[in-house]
Formats: sequence, C-alpha cells, structure tokens
Amino acid sequence: MHVDLLLEALPIMGYGYLGIFIVTGAIIAVVSILKKLTSR
Amino acid sequence: MEVLIQNFSNITWQMLVMWGIGGLLIYLAIVKEMEPTLLLPMGFGAILVNLPVAVEGTGVQHVLDTLFSIGINGAELFPLMLFIGIGAMIDFQPLLTNPKLMIFGAAAQFGIFFTLALASLLGYELPDAASISIIGAADGPTSIFVATELGSKYLGAIMVAAYSYMALVPLIQPPIIKLCTTKAERRIRMQYKGKPVSKTARILFPIVVTVIVGIVAPDAVALIGFLMFGNLIRECGVMNSISETAQNALANLITIFLGITIASQMKAADFLQVDTLIIIGLGLVAFIFDTFGGIMVAKVMNLFSKEKINPMIGAAGISAFPMSARVVHKLGLEEDNQNFLLMHSIGVNVSGQIASVIAGGLILALVKAYLGG
Repeated sequence: MHVDLLLEALPIMGYGYLGIFIVTGAIIAVVSILKKLTSR
Repeated sequence: MEVLIQNFSNITWQMLVMWGIGGLLIYLAIVKEMEPTLLLPMGFGAILVNLPVAVEGTGVQHVLDTLFSIGINGAELFPLMLFIGIGAMIDFQPLLTNPKLMIFGAAAQFGIFFTLALASLLGYELPDAASISIIGAADGPTSIFVATELGSKYLGAIMVAAYSYMALVPLIQPPIIKLCTTKAERRIRMQYKGKPVSKTARILFPIVVTVIVGIVAPDAVALIGFLMFGNLIRECGVMNSISETAQNALANLITIFLGITIASQMKAADFLQVDTLIIIGLGLVAFIFDTFGGIMVAKVMNLFSKEKINPMIGAAGISAFPMSARVVHKLGLEEDNQNFLLMHSIGVNVSGQIASVIAGGLILALVKAYLGG
C-alpha cells in the first residue's frame, strides 16, 4: 500500500470533486437566468 | 511451405488468449448487441494485431500506427471529432427544463475521484492513477483525451476498459442501484413538468456552457467545445443536413476508425499484464462508486426537499448515454408499472455527459498544476 501516493492524490480528489459542483452551479445559475430572459 | 510452418511455430499462448478476447468482444457485439459499433472493430482488431505473421511485414501495422498517431496520440482527433457527432445527437431539452438535474451529473462523478485515491494507494503514479480513474467518466472520448494528455502508459487498457464498461452499464448498475435504495425509494413517483424551452435558450445553451467551462476549467474546453459545437449545429435549425451528417456519417466513420485504432493497443505483449487486470478492476470500482455517488446525493437532497426525488435518477448521472437513463427507467417500471422516470433520467444522463467532460478537464488541470509545481 502506497500511503504517500494516496496523500498526494487526496487534495486533487477533494478539489476536483468540489470543482465539478462549482462549475455545475455556475452553469445552473446561468441557464436559469437564460431561461427567464428568453421566456419573456 | 517454410513460411507456413514458421507462422504456425510463431503462435504463442498469449496470441491465443488475445484471439479469445477478440472473439469474446465480437460475441458480445453480435449476440448480446453490446455497443456493437465499438466492440466489433475492437474484437476484430485484437485478432488482427496478434497474428503470428508479425504484422510489421504486412503493412497493417503501418496503417494502425498512422491512425493511432493522428487520431489519438497526436492531436486527439478521433475523440474530439466524435464529440461533434455526440453533441449533435443529444437533446438537452430535458435538462434545460429542469437545470437542477445537473447536480446529479456532478454527483455521479464521485467514482472518478474515489478511484483516483484507490489507484494511488495501489501504487500508480499520479498521471497514471488520474488516467485510470477517468474510466469512471463513462465516456470513451474523455478517457482517451485525458490518458493521452497525461501520457499514461496504460492507454490501451484504459480505452478497452472504458468502452467495455459503457457497454456493460445495463449489467453493472441495476444491482448497485438496488443495493443502495429501498423498495419504497424506488417506487417514488416524479411528475414531469415538461415546459417548452425557447429556441433562443436552446441555441444559447451550448455557447454559454462553452464560455463558462472555458473560463473556469480551460483544460476541458477542447472536449466541451466540440460537444457543444455539435449541439449548436443541431439546435440552430439551419444546418439540418449537416446535423444529420454529424449524427450519422461522421460519428459512424470515426467510430469505425476509433474501434480498430483502440485495438492496435491490444498487442499481447503489452495487454496481457497484471496491470491490465488491475485497471479493468479499478474501472469497475469507478462505475460502482459513480452510481453510489449519484444515488447518495439524491438521498441527501430528499432530506431537505418537499417534492421527493426518486434516488435512482442520481445513478443516471454517469455519462453512459442513453444506457444509464434506460436502466433507471426500466428499474422504475419494474417496481411500479406507472412510474415513468425516463424524462428525468434522460435529463440527468445528459448532464452527466457535460459533468464528465468537466471532471476530465479538472483532473487534467489539477494534475498538471501539481506536477508543474
């Protein structure tokens, strides 16, 4: 077992998974605004 | 006669195993109809590159090497071109109707990051661990793109695992979904409020997503850009014949070449390694934890929302489109024959397509930043 390599990967794991939610959140917000603007 | 005898004597047990694997892929493609467009060329190619005539002398190797260098290794031409076709095939309307569904697409990328940690723990260096983990994107072109960009030496095994598991989604996901949900949860009915989405919104969506991803996760912009370009061709309404070409002729042509090019990486000496088995195992882990992640986030959301969500739709957040959506829909009908989850699961499934590309871009950016210091 290579705990050193795991420790190297953990920040990437955390930032990566969090990052997806941040980008997705941005897309949801913009798409919701877009829908409101174009439905008028 | 001498050549004949020499060719027979050149046959090794490793070649025979690869013929068996090739035969199995062809069997799955034809008899079980599992991703035949990919598994069949891959199966045939696996036999082709493992002939005792040492394909070097036949010209086959030259063609395959050329296809590999321009289509995959150099400019990642095949995965990107294929994404134009996939973008043209996808109708994002169910997602635009309910953009919140994108949360499940994001949640169901959990397997990628779990597998990254597991592969690291097993001793794979970061670029290889990241490339292996991206099998969990359930998205062949993204897997190829990331593994090539990171220069992984396991590209062949990663490609084979990525495409094989995509085909096996109907077998992998149902037991995991059943294990993670109760019967009562699987019976939750969800109303579909299919409000029409304006054409302007449908046209602006691919452009807006490309700009956002380009700014926030630039490493994903090649993949998302081509995917969204294909979708813009579909939605603009003035390029119908080109949209048809992208969806059919272009996608089919690229798929033929992609399958046989992947197979060029299946030479016995490189493929029959313990690492290949481990990578295939890790790919399975990634798919299982993708499914788990999507379901668990749906369960957490149920704690706070008045309108209950059927947690099974979270499992459709993996990008295997449209197999995963169909699996969820079918399981819903098995529990309650009036429970129609298809539109919800399709919305989640297409959002998984976007999220998997974003995940690939983020992995690339983070690993490159770490290695670059």
